Amino acid sequence: MKKYSAFSLVRHALSHNRKWREAWRSPDPKREYDVIIVGGGGHGLATAYYLAKEHGIRNVAVLEKGWIGGGNTGRNTTIVRSNYLWTEASLLYEHSMKLWEGLSQDLNYNVMFSQRGVYNLGHTLQDMRDIERRVNANRLNGIDAEVVNAEQIGKAIPFINTSPDARYPILGASLQRRAGVARHDAVAWGFARAADALGVDIIEQCEVTGIVRDNGRVSGVETTRGTLRAPKVGVVVAGNASVLATMAGLRLPVESHPLQAFVSEPLKPVLDTVVMSNAVHGYISQSDKGELVIGAGIDAYNGYGQRGSFHTTEHTMQAIIELFPVFSRVRMLRQWGGIVDVCPDACPIISKTPVGGLYFHCGWGTGGFKATPGSGWVFAHTIAQDRPHELNAPFDLERFTTGALIDEHGAAAVAH
Amino acid sequence: MLLIECPWCGERAETEFSYGGEAGIARPADPDALTDAEWADYLFNRSNPRGAHRELWNHAQGCRRWFGVERDTVTYRISGSYRLSGGAHGGGD
Repeated sequence: MKKYSAFSLVRHALSHNRKWREAWRSPDPKREYDVIIVGGGGHGLATAYYLAKEHGIRNVAVLEKGWIGGGNTGRNTTIVRSNYLWTEASLLYEHSMKLWEGLSQDLNYNVMFSQRGVYNLGHTLQDMRDIERRVNANRLNGIDAEVVNAEQIGKAIPFINTSPDARYPILGASLQRRAGVARHDAVAWGFARAADALGVDIIEQCEVTGIVRDNGRVSGVETTRGTLRAPKVGVVVAGNASVLATMAGLRLPVESHPLQAFVSEPLKPVLDTVVMSNAVHGYISQSDKGELVIGAGIDAYNGYGQRGSFHTTEHTMQAIIELFPVFSRVRMLRQWGGIVDVCPDACPIISKTPVGGLYFHCGWGTGGFKATPGSGWVFAHTIAQDRPHELNAPFDLERFTTGALIDEHGAAAVAH
Repeated sequence: MLLIECPWCGERAETEFSYGGEAGIARPADPDALTDAEWADYLFNRSNPRGAHRELWNHAQGCRRWFGVERDTVTYRISGSYRLSGGAHGGGD
Protein backbone atom coordinates (compact mmCIF):
# COMPACT_ATOMS: atom_id res chain seq x y z
CA MET A 1 0.00 0.00 0.00
CA LYS A 2 1.34 3.39 -0.96
CA LYS A 3 1.02 5.71 2.02
CA TYR A 4 -1.16 8.75 1.56
CA SER A 5 0.50 12.00 2.68
CA ALA A 6 0.81 15.68 1.81
CA PHE A 7 3.92 14.71 -0.12
CA SER A 8 2.01 12.12 -2.20
CA LEU A 9 -0.60 14.76 -3.02
CA VAL A 10 2.08 17.05 -4.40
CA ARG A 11 3.84 14.25 -6.26
CA HIS A 12 0.61 13.10 -7.92
CA ALA A 13 -0.37 16.65 -8.73
CA LEU A 14 2.89 16.98 -10.70
CA SER A 15 1.89 13.94 -12.78
CA HIS A 16 -1.60 15.41 -13.27
CA ASN A 17 -3.15 12.86 -10.89
CA ARG A 18 -2.90 10.15 -13.54
CA LYS A 19 -0.90 7.67 -11.48
CA TRP A 20 -3.06 7.09 -8.41
CA ARG A 21 -3.34 3.38 -7.71
CA GLU A 22 -6.61 1.67 -6.90
CA ALA A 23 -7.35 1.76 -3.15
CA TRP A 24 -7.82 -2.01 -2.98
CA ARG A 25 -7.36 -4.97 -5.35
CA SER A 26 -10.22 -6.85 -7.00
CA PRO A 27 -8.97 -10.41 -6.69
CA ASP A 28 -10.72 -13.55 -7.88
CA PRO A 29 -11.82 -15.59 -4.88
CA LYS A 30 -9.47 -18.35 -3.73
CA ARG A 31 -11.07 -21.74 -3.04
CA GLU A 32 -10.10 -21.74 0.62
CA TYR A 33 -9.70 -19.18 3.38
CA ASP A 34 -9.04 -19.22 7.12
CA VAL A 35 -11.97 -16.89 7.72
CA ILE A 36 -14.77 -15.70 5.45
CA ILE A 37 -16.63 -12.54 6.37
CA VAL A 38 -20.05 -12.28 4.71
CA GLY A 39 -20.94 -8.64 4.17
CA GLY A 40 -18.63 -5.83 3.06
CA GLY A 41 -20.13 -3.00 5.06
CA GLY A 42 -18.20 -1.01 7.62
CA HIS A 43 -18.57 -3.62 10.36
CA GLY A 44 -17.48 -6.50 8.12
CA LEU A 45 -14.49 -4.62 6.73
CA ALA A 46 -13.48 -3.51 10.23
CA THR A 47 -13.71 -7.13 11.37
CA ALA A 48 -11.41 -8.25 8.54
CA TYR A 49 -8.98 -5.41 9.25
CA TYR A 50 -8.68 -6.22 12.96
CA LEU A 51 -8.45 -9.97 12.24
CA ALA A 52 -5.38 -9.21 10.15
CA LYS A 53 -3.94 -6.47 12.32
CA GLU A 54 -4.62 -7.69 15.88
CA HIS A 55 -4.71 -11.45 15.39
CA GLY A 56 -2.40 -12.05 12.43
CA ILE A 57 -5.12 -13.87 10.46
CA ARG A 58 -4.59 -12.60 6.93
CA ASN A 59 -6.01 -15.35 4.76
CA VAL A 60 -9.42 -13.69 4.96
CA ALA A 61 -12.11 -12.94 2.37
CA VAL A 62 -14.80 -10.30 2.66
CA LEU A 63 -17.74 -11.19 0.39
CA GLU A 64 -19.98 -8.33 -0.69
CA LYS A 65 -23.01 -8.88 -2.90
CA GLY A 66 -23.02 -5.27 -4.13
CA TRP A 67 -20.12 -2.87 -3.96
CA ILE A 68 -18.12 -1.41 -1.07
CA GLY A 69 -19.90 1.59 0.41
CA GLY A 70 -23.16 0.81 -1.42
CA GLY A 71 -25.20 -0.33 1.55
CA ASN A 72 -26.13 1.10 4.93
CA THR A 73 -22.53 2.17 5.61
CA GLY A 74 -22.79 4.75 2.85
CA ARG A 75 -26.40 5.68 3.64
CA ASN A 76 -26.64 6.66 7.27
CA THR A 77 -26.66 9.88 9.26
CA THR A 78 -23.06 9.29 10.45
CA ILE A 79 -23.55 10.17 14.11
CA VAL A 80 -20.90 8.87 16.49
CA ARG A 81 -21.50 8.98 20.26
CA SER A 82 -21.07 6.73 23.29
CA ASN A 83 -23.55 8.15 25.81
CA TYR A 84 -25.57 4.98 26.35
CA LEU A 85 -27.24 4.31 29.68
CA TRP A 86 -26.30 0.76 30.59
CA THR A 87 -22.74 -0.17 31.45
CA GLU A 88 -22.55 -3.03 28.91
CA ALA A 89 -23.59 -0.76 26.04
CA SER A 90 -21.65 2.31 27.10
CA LEU A 91 -18.39 0.37 27.45
CA LEU A 92 -18.81 -1.14 23.97
CA TYR A 93 -19.58 2.21 22.34
CA GLU A 94 -16.86 3.99 24.32
CA HIS A 95 -14.32 1.43 23.15
CA SER A 96 -15.41 2.32 19.65
CA MET A 97 -15.15 6.04 20.40
CA LYS A 98 -11.53 5.61 21.48
CA LEU A 99 -10.76 3.80 18.21
CA TRP A 100 -12.50 6.57 16.24
CA GLU A 101 -10.22 9.12 17.90
CA GLY A 102 -7.15 7.57 16.26
CA LEU A 103 -8.76 5.97 13.23
CA SER A 104 -7.61 8.32 10.45
CA GLN A 105 -3.97 7.87 11.52
CA ASP A 106 -4.38 4.14 12.05
CA LEU A 107 -5.89 3.56 8.60
CA ASN A 108 -3.82 6.26 6.86
CA TYR A 109 -7.15 7.44 5.47
CA ASN A 110 -9.00 10.59 6.44
CA VAL A 111 -12.36 9.44 7.80
CA MET A 112 -13.17 13.09 8.62
CA PHE A 113 -14.07 12.26 12.20
CA SER A 114 -15.32 15.54 13.60
CA GLN A 115 -15.95 15.76 17.35
CA ARG A 116 -18.45 18.57 17.10
CA GLY A 117 -20.62 17.41 20.01
CA VAL A 118 -24.03 15.81 20.19
CA TYR A 119 -26.99 17.34 22.01
CA ASN A 120 -29.80 15.00 23.10
CA LEU A 121 -32.72 17.29 23.84
CA GLY A 122 -35.22 16.96 26.68
CA HIS A 123 -38.72 18.36 26.30
CA THR A 124 -40.45 17.26 29.49
CA LEU A 125 -39.53 17.02 33.16
CA GLN A 126 -39.28 13.26 32.81
CA ASP A 127 -36.97 13.67 29.81
CA MET A 128 -34.73 15.86 31.98
CA ARG A 129 -34.72 13.35 34.84
CA ASP A 130 -33.74 10.60 32.40
CA ILE A 131 -31.05 12.82 30.93
CA GLU A 132 -29.56 13.57 34.37
CA ARG A 133 -29.60 9.88 35.21
CA ARG A 134 -27.89 8.97 31.94
CA VAL A 135 -25.29 11.74 32.26
CA ASN A 136 -24.43 10.50 35.77
CA ALA A 137 -24.24 6.91 34.52
CA ASN A 138 -21.95 8.01 31.67
CA ARG A 139 -19.61 9.88 34.01
CA LEU A 140 -19.38 6.88 36.33
CA ASN A 141 -18.26 4.88 33.29
CA GLY A 142 -15.62 7.47 32.40
CA ILE A 143 -17.56 8.90 29.45
CA ASP A 144 -17.75 12.67 29.05
CA ALA A 145 -21.26 14.00 29.47
CA GLU A 146 -22.89 17.10 30.84
CA VAL A 147 -26.35 18.55 31.31
CA VAL A 148 -27.06 21.90 29.68
CA ASN A 149 -30.14 24.12 30.03
CA ALA A 150 -32.29 25.78 27.37
CA GLU A 151 -30.46 29.09 27.63
CA GLN A 152 -27.09 27.44 27.00
CA ILE A 153 -28.58 25.56 24.05
CA GLY A 154 -29.97 28.77 22.57
CA LYS A 155 -26.54 30.41 22.78
CA ALA A 156 -24.66 27.44 21.36
CA ILE A 157 -27.04 26.60 18.51
CA PRO A 158 -28.33 29.52 16.46
CA PHE A 159 -31.83 29.13 15.01
CA ILE A 160 -32.95 26.35 17.33
CA ASN A 161 -36.35 27.16 18.78
CA THR A 162 -35.93 27.40 22.56
CA SER A 163 -39.12 29.41 23.04
CA PRO A 164 -41.15 28.22 26.04
CA ASP A 165 -44.21 28.63 23.81
CA ALA A 166 -43.17 25.82 21.46
CA ARG A 167 -45.49 22.83 21.20
CA TYR A 168 -42.72 20.71 22.72
CA PRO A 169 -40.55 23.27 24.55
CA ILE A 170 -36.84 22.48 24.91
CA LEU A 171 -36.00 22.31 28.61
CA GLY A 172 -32.40 21.19 28.33
CA ALA A 173 -30.17 18.51 26.89
CA SER A 174 -27.34 16.15 27.52
CA LEU A 175 -24.17 17.12 25.70
CA GLN A 176 -21.33 14.79 24.81
CA ARG A 177 -18.58 17.01 23.45
CA ARG A 178 -16.40 14.14 22.19
CA ALA A 179 -19.28 12.87 20.06
CA GLY A 180 -19.78 13.99 16.47
CA VAL A 181 -19.87 12.72 12.93
CA ALA A 182 -17.58 10.95 10.46
CA ARG A 183 -17.55 10.60 6.69
CA HIS A 184 -19.34 7.29 6.18
CA ASP A 185 -17.98 6.39 2.72
CA ALA A 186 -14.46 7.16 3.88
CA VAL A 187 -14.91 4.73 6.76
CA ALA A 188 -15.80 1.92 4.35
CA TRP A 189 -13.07 2.84 1.88
CA GLY A 190 -10.45 3.36 4.59
CA PHE A 191 -11.10 -0.01 6.23
CA ALA A 192 -11.23 -1.72 2.80
CA ARG A 193 -7.90 -0.23 1.75
CA ALA A 194 -6.19 -0.97 5.06
CA ALA A 195 -7.53 -4.54 5.22
CA ASP A 196 -6.50 -5.15 1.60
CA ALA A 197 -2.99 -3.92 2.39
CA LEU A 198 -2.74 -6.60 5.09
CA GLY A 199 -3.68 -9.32 2.58
CA VAL A 200 -7.46 -9.51 2.96
CA ASP A 201 -9.31 -10.33 -0.30
CA ILE A 202 -12.27 -8.02 -0.82
CA ILE A 203 -14.59 -9.66 -3.30
CA GLU A 204 -17.40 -7.49 -4.60
CA GLN A 205 -20.40 -8.66 -6.66
CA CYS A 206 -20.32 -11.98 -4.82
CA GLU A 207 -23.55 -12.99 -3.14
CA VAL A 208 -23.70 -15.79 -0.59
CA THR A 209 -26.48 -18.25 -1.46
CA GLY A 210 -25.85 -21.00 1.08
CA ILE A 211 -23.89 -21.90 4.20
CA VAL A 212 -22.17 -25.27 3.96
CA ARG A 213 -22.14 -27.37 7.14
CA ASP A 214 -20.64 -30.74 8.10
CA ASN A 215 -21.54 -32.42 11.40
CA GLY A 216 -22.80 -29.25 13.03
CA ARG A 217 -19.80 -27.20 11.94
CA VAL A 218 -19.54 -24.67 9.18
CA SER A 219 -17.18 -25.59 6.34
CA GLY A 220 -17.75 -22.88 3.79
CA VAL A 221 -20.23 -20.84 1.80
CA GLU A 222 -21.90 -21.20 -1.56
CA THR A 223 -21.74 -18.02 -3.58
CA THR A 224 -22.60 -16.71 -7.02
CA ARG A 225 -18.87 -17.12 -7.73
CA GLY A 226 -18.61 -20.72 -6.61
CA THR A 227 -18.22 -22.58 -3.33
CA LEU A 228 -15.57 -21.18 -0.99
CA ARG A 229 -14.30 -23.21 1.93
CA ALA A 230 -13.36 -21.92 5.39
CA PRO A 231 -13.44 -23.33 8.93
CA LYS A 232 -14.80 -20.04 10.25
CA VAL A 233 -17.50 -17.80 8.80
CA GLY A 234 -18.58 -14.46 10.27
CA VAL A 235 -21.91 -13.08 9.07
CA VAL A 236 -22.23 -9.28 9.15
CA VAL A 237 -25.15 -8.48 6.87
CA ALA A 238 -27.37 -6.07 8.83
CA GLY A 239 -30.92 -6.16 7.42
CA ASN A 240 -30.44 -9.57 5.79
CA ALA A 241 -29.32 -11.33 8.99
CA SER A 242 -32.46 -13.48 9.17
CA VAL A 243 -32.03 -14.55 5.54
CA LEU A 244 -28.50 -15.80 6.23
CA ALA A 245 -29.57 -17.35 9.55
CA THR A 246 -32.23 -19.36 7.71
CA MET A 247 -29.52 -20.73 5.40
CA ALA A 248 -27.78 -22.12 8.50
CA GLY A 249 -31.00 -23.44 10.08
CA LEU A 250 -31.04 -20.77 12.79
CA ARG A 251 -33.73 -18.41 14.00
CA LEU A 252 -32.84 -14.93 15.23
CA PRO A 253 -34.66 -12.44 17.47
CA VAL A 254 -34.42 -9.69 14.87
CA GLU A 255 -36.88 -8.04 12.52
CA SER A 256 -35.93 -5.99 9.49
CA HIS A 257 -37.39 -2.54 8.98
CA PRO A 258 -36.79 0.33 6.56
CA LEU A 259 -35.09 3.35 8.15
CA GLN A 260 -35.30 6.52 6.14
CA ALA A 261 -32.75 9.30 5.97
CA PHE A 262 -32.62 12.57 4.08
CA VAL A 263 -30.10 15.02 2.71
CA SER A 264 -31.04 18.59 1.86
CA GLU A 265 -29.71 20.95 -0.78
CA PRO A 266 -26.36 22.42 0.34
CA LEU A 267 -26.56 25.50 2.56
CA LYS A 268 -24.03 27.92 4.01
CA PRO A 269 -22.77 26.78 7.42
CA VAL A 270 -25.73 26.98 9.79
CA LEU A 271 -25.39 24.08 12.26
CA ASP A 272 -21.98 23.16 13.70
CA THR A 273 -23.08 20.36 16.01
CA VAL A 274 -25.46 17.40 16.08
CA VAL A 275 -28.97 17.76 17.53
CA MET A 276 -31.12 14.79 18.42
CA SER A 277 -34.52 14.68 20.04
CA ASN A 278 -36.20 11.60 21.35
CA ALA A 279 -39.51 13.29 22.10
CA VAL A 280 -40.19 14.90 18.72
CA HIS A 281 -38.11 12.10 17.19
CA GLY A 282 -35.62 13.47 14.73
CA TYR A 283 -31.92 14.13 14.43
CA ILE A 284 -29.96 16.54 12.30
CA SER A 285 -26.45 17.68 11.50
CA GLN A 286 -24.78 19.51 8.64
CA SER A 287 -22.22 17.82 6.43
CA ASP A 288 -19.01 19.51 5.37
CA LYS A 289 -20.57 19.94 1.92
CA GLY A 290 -23.32 22.00 3.55
CA GLU A 291 -26.18 19.52 3.29
CA LEU A 292 -28.45 18.99 6.24
CA VAL A 293 -28.37 15.28 7.11
CA ILE A 294 -31.64 14.21 8.69
CA GLY A 295 -33.02 11.03 10.16
CA ALA A 296 -35.79 9.78 12.41
CA GLY A 297 -37.54 6.51 13.21
CA ILE A 298 -38.15 3.28 11.37
CA ASP A 299 -41.23 2.35 9.40
CA ALA A 300 -43.35 0.14 11.66
CA TYR A 301 -43.72 -2.84 9.35
CA ASN A 302 -41.20 -5.52 8.43
CA GLY A 303 -39.64 -4.60 5.13
CA TYR A 304 -36.72 -5.37 2.86
CA GLY A 305 -37.70 -2.91 0.11
CA GLN A 306 -35.21 -0.07 0.41
CA ARG A 307 -37.77 2.67 0.78
CA GLY A 308 -40.30 3.77 3.39
CA SER A 309 -43.75 5.23 3.71
CA PHE A 310 -44.51 8.87 3.04
CA HIS A 311 -46.10 9.48 6.43
CA THR A 312 -42.80 8.54 8.07
CA THR A 313 -41.08 11.09 5.83
CA GLU A 314 -43.66 13.67 6.86
CA HIS A 315 -43.20 12.88 10.55
CA THR A 316 -39.44 13.33 10.23
CA MET A 317 -39.83 16.74 8.63
CA GLN A 318 -42.34 17.82 11.26
CA ALA A 319 -39.83 16.98 13.97
CA ILE A 320 -37.02 18.93 12.32
CA ILE A 321 -39.21 21.98 11.66
CA GLU A 322 -40.42 21.86 15.26
CA LEU A 323 -36.80 22.18 16.38
CA PHE A 324 -35.61 24.50 13.60
CA PRO A 325 -38.50 26.52 12.12
CA VAL A 326 -35.93 28.28 9.90
CA PHE A 327 -35.45 25.06 7.89
CA SER A 328 -39.08 24.96 6.76
CA ARG A 329 -38.23 26.15 3.23
CA VAL A 330 -35.14 24.00 2.76
CA ARG A 331 -35.62 21.46 -0.02
CA MET A 332 -34.59 17.85 0.29
CA LEU A 333 -32.14 16.58 -2.30
CA ARG A 334 -32.17 12.84 -1.58
CA GLN A 335 -34.14 10.33 0.45
CA TRP A 336 -33.41 6.67 0.97
CA GLY A 337 -34.43 3.74 3.12
CA GLY A 338 -31.84 1.38 4.51
CA ILE A 339 -32.85 -1.95 5.99
CA VAL A 340 -32.03 -2.24 9.67
CA ASP A 341 -32.32 -5.37 11.78
CA VAL A 342 -33.84 -4.51 15.13
CA CYS A 343 -33.44 -6.58 18.30
CA PRO A 344 -36.07 -6.68 21.05
CA ASP A 345 -33.71 -4.83 23.42
CA ALA A 346 -32.25 -2.44 20.80
CA CYS A 347 -28.79 -3.88 21.38
CA PRO A 348 -26.66 -5.85 18.92
CA ILE A 349 -25.84 -9.54 18.78
CA ILE A 350 -22.09 -10.22 18.49
CA SER A 351 -21.96 -13.88 19.14
CA LYS A 352 -21.04 -17.47 18.51
CA THR A 353 -23.95 -19.61 17.32
CA PRO A 354 -25.05 -23.22 17.88
CA VAL A 355 -23.25 -24.01 14.58
CA GLY A 356 -19.52 -24.46 15.24
CA GLY A 357 -17.32 -21.91 13.49
CA LEU A 358 -20.29 -19.74 12.52
CA TYR A 359 -20.48 -16.31 14.10
CA PHE A 360 -23.21 -13.72 13.82
CA HIS A 361 -22.91 -9.99 14.11
CA CYS A 362 -26.28 -8.31 13.70
CA GLY A 363 -29.16 -6.54 15.38
CA TRP A 364 -27.55 -3.08 15.42
CA GLY A 365 -30.91 -1.62 14.50
CA THR A 366 -30.80 2.07 13.76
CA GLY A 367 -27.50 2.91 15.43
CA GLY A 368 -24.66 0.74 14.16
CA PHE A 369 -22.47 3.25 12.37
CA LYS A 370 -21.05 4.76 15.56
CA ALA A 371 -19.82 1.34 16.63
CA THR A 372 -18.06 0.41 13.37
CA PRO A 373 -14.44 0.23 14.59
CA GLY A 374 -15.21 -1.16 18.05
CA SER A 375 -17.68 -3.75 16.81
CA GLY A 376 -15.20 -5.00 14.21
CA TRP A 377 -12.54 -5.13 16.91
CA VAL A 378 -14.58 -7.31 19.29
CA PHE A 379 -15.99 -9.48 16.49
CA ALA A 380 -12.45 -10.14 15.20
CA HIS A 381 -11.51 -11.22 18.73
CA THR A 382 -14.59 -13.47 18.96
CA ILE A 383 -13.75 -15.18 15.66
CA ALA A 384 -9.99 -15.46 16.23
CA GLN A 385 -10.24 -16.81 19.80
CA ASP A 386 -13.57 -18.64 19.34
CA ARG A 387 -14.85 -16.87 22.46
CA PRO A 388 -16.20 -13.37 23.00
CA HIS A 389 -14.12 -10.53 24.36
CA GLU A 390 -15.38 -9.30 27.73
CA LEU A 391 -16.75 -6.21 25.99
CA ASN A 392 -19.10 -8.23 23.76
CA ALA A 393 -19.79 -11.19 26.07
CA PRO A 394 -23.03 -9.53 27.30
CA PHE A 395 -24.15 -9.24 23.65
CA ASP A 396 -24.32 -12.99 23.19
CA LEU A 397 -27.26 -14.65 21.46
CA GLU A 398 -27.79 -16.56 24.72
CA ARG A 399 -29.07 -13.47 26.48
CA PHE A 400 -32.50 -14.03 24.95
CA THR A 401 -32.65 -17.41 26.66
CA THR A 402 -31.21 -16.33 30.01
CA GLY A 403 -33.26 -13.13 30.01
CA ALA A 404 -30.24 -10.89 30.58
CA LEU A 405 -31.36 -8.31 28.03
CA ILE A 406 -29.65 -4.93 27.81
CA ASP A 407 -32.63 -2.67 27.54
CA GLU A 408 -31.44 0.35 25.61
CA HIS A 409 -34.85 1.08 24.08
CA GLY A 410 -35.55 4.66 24.96
CA ALA A 411 -32.78 4.64 27.53
CA ALA A 412 -30.13 5.16 24.89
CA ALA A 413 -30.74 8.87 24.54
CA VAL A 414 -32.67 8.55 21.34
CA ALA A 415 -34.76 7.07 18.93
CA HIS A 416 -34.52 3.46 17.98
CA MET B 1 -47.84 4.54 2.18
CA LEU B 2 -49.64 1.23 2.15
CA LEU B 3 -53.28 0.89 1.20
CA ILE B 4 -54.58 -1.74 3.60
CA GLU B 5 -57.90 -3.49 3.37
CA CYS B 6 -59.63 -3.88 6.73
CA PRO B 7 -61.93 -6.93 6.43
CA TRP B 8 -64.71 -4.90 8.08
CA CYS B 9 -64.17 -1.32 6.86
CA GLY B 10 -62.56 -1.76 3.45
CA GLU B 11 -59.46 -0.08 2.03
CA ARG B 12 -57.92 2.63 4.17
CA ALA B 13 -54.58 4.45 4.40
CA GLU B 14 -51.79 2.93 6.45
CA THR B 15 -51.92 5.80 8.96
CA GLU B 16 -55.23 4.46 10.30
CA PHE B 17 -53.58 1.19 11.33
CA SER B 18 -51.02 0.00 13.79
CA TYR B 19 -48.72 -2.91 13.10
CA GLY B 20 -48.72 -6.07 15.17
CA GLY B 21 -45.86 -8.10 13.73
CA GLU B 22 -45.73 -11.69 12.55
CA ALA B 23 -49.04 -13.59 12.64
CA GLY B 24 -49.63 -17.19 13.64
CA ILE B 25 -47.51 -17.25 16.80
CA ALA B 26 -49.70 -19.06 19.30
CA ARG B 27 -48.95 -18.60 22.99
CA PRO B 28 -47.86 -21.99 24.36
CA ALA B 29 -50.67 -23.65 26.28
CA ASP B 30 -48.44 -24.61 29.20
CA PRO B 31 -45.45 -22.21 29.50
CA ASP B 32 -44.18 -23.95 32.63
CA ALA B 33 -43.56 -27.09 30.59
CA LEU B 34 -41.17 -25.32 28.20
CA THR B 35 -37.40 -25.07 28.40
CA ASP B 36 -35.90 -21.58 28.55
CA ALA B 37 -34.83 -21.96 24.91
CA GLU B 38 -38.36 -22.88 23.78
CA TRP B 39 -39.81 -19.97 25.73
CA ALA B 40 -37.21 -17.61 24.22
CA ASP B 41 -38.09 -18.89 20.76
CA TYR B 42 -41.76 -18.06 21.35
CA LEU B 43 -41.00 -14.72 22.94
CA PHE B 44 -38.25 -13.30 20.73
CA ASN B 45 -37.40 -15.31 17.62
CA ARG B 46 -39.16 -14.33 14.40
CA SER B 47 -39.05 -15.75 10.89
CA ASN B 48 -38.54 -12.25 9.40
CA PRO B 49 -38.74 -13.56 5.82
CA ARG B 50 -37.68 -11.80 2.68
CA GLY B 51 -40.87 -12.26 0.64
CA ALA B 52 -44.36 -13.42 1.64
CA HIS B 53 -45.21 -12.51 5.23
CA ARG B 54 -48.40 -13.09 7.22
CA GLU B 55 -48.73 -10.30 9.72
CA LEU B 56 -51.17 -8.67 12.12
CA TRP B 57 -52.63 -5.21 11.76
CA ASN B 58 -55.02 -3.34 14.02
CA HIS B 59 -57.48 -0.82 12.61
CA ALA B 60 -56.56 1.53 15.46
CA GLN B 61 -58.33 4.61 14.09
CA GLY B 62 -61.30 2.72 12.70
CA CYS B 63 -63.11 -0.33 14.02
CA ARG B 64 -60.17 -1.15 16.34
CA ARG B 65 -60.23 -4.82 15.35
CA TRP B 66 -57.22 -7.04 14.68
CA PHE B 67 -56.93 -8.88 11.39
CA GLY B 68 -54.36 -10.64 9.27
CA VAL B 69 -52.64 -9.40 6.11
CA GLU B 70 -50.45 -11.27 3.67
CA ARG B 71 -47.85 -8.87 2.31
CA ASP B 72 -44.59 -9.20 0.40
CA THR B 73 -41.78 -7.65 2.44
CA VAL B 74 -39.75 -6.74 -0.65
CA THR B 75 -42.35 -5.34 -3.04
CA TYR B 76 -44.74 -4.38 -0.19
CA ARG B 77 -47.61 -5.69 -2.35
CA ILE B 78 -50.54 -6.89 -0.27
CA SER B 79 -52.12 -10.07 -1.58
CA GLY B 80 -55.03 -10.18 0.85
CA SER B 81 -56.53 -9.52 4.25
CA TYR B 82 -58.32 -12.05 6.41
CA ARG B 83 -60.37 -12.15 9.58
CA LEU B 84 -58.91 -14.05 12.50
CA SER B 85 -60.54 -16.97 14.18
CA GLY B 86 -59.52 -18.29 17.57
CA GLY B 87 -57.70 -15.17 18.76
CA ALA B 88 -55.21 -12.80 17.22
CA HIS B 89 -52.69 -15.53 16.40
CA GLY B 90 -55.23 -18.18 15.48
CA GLY B 91 -54.76 -18.00 11.72
CA GLY B 92 -57.27 -17.30 8.98
CA ASP B 93 -60.80 -18.55 8.68
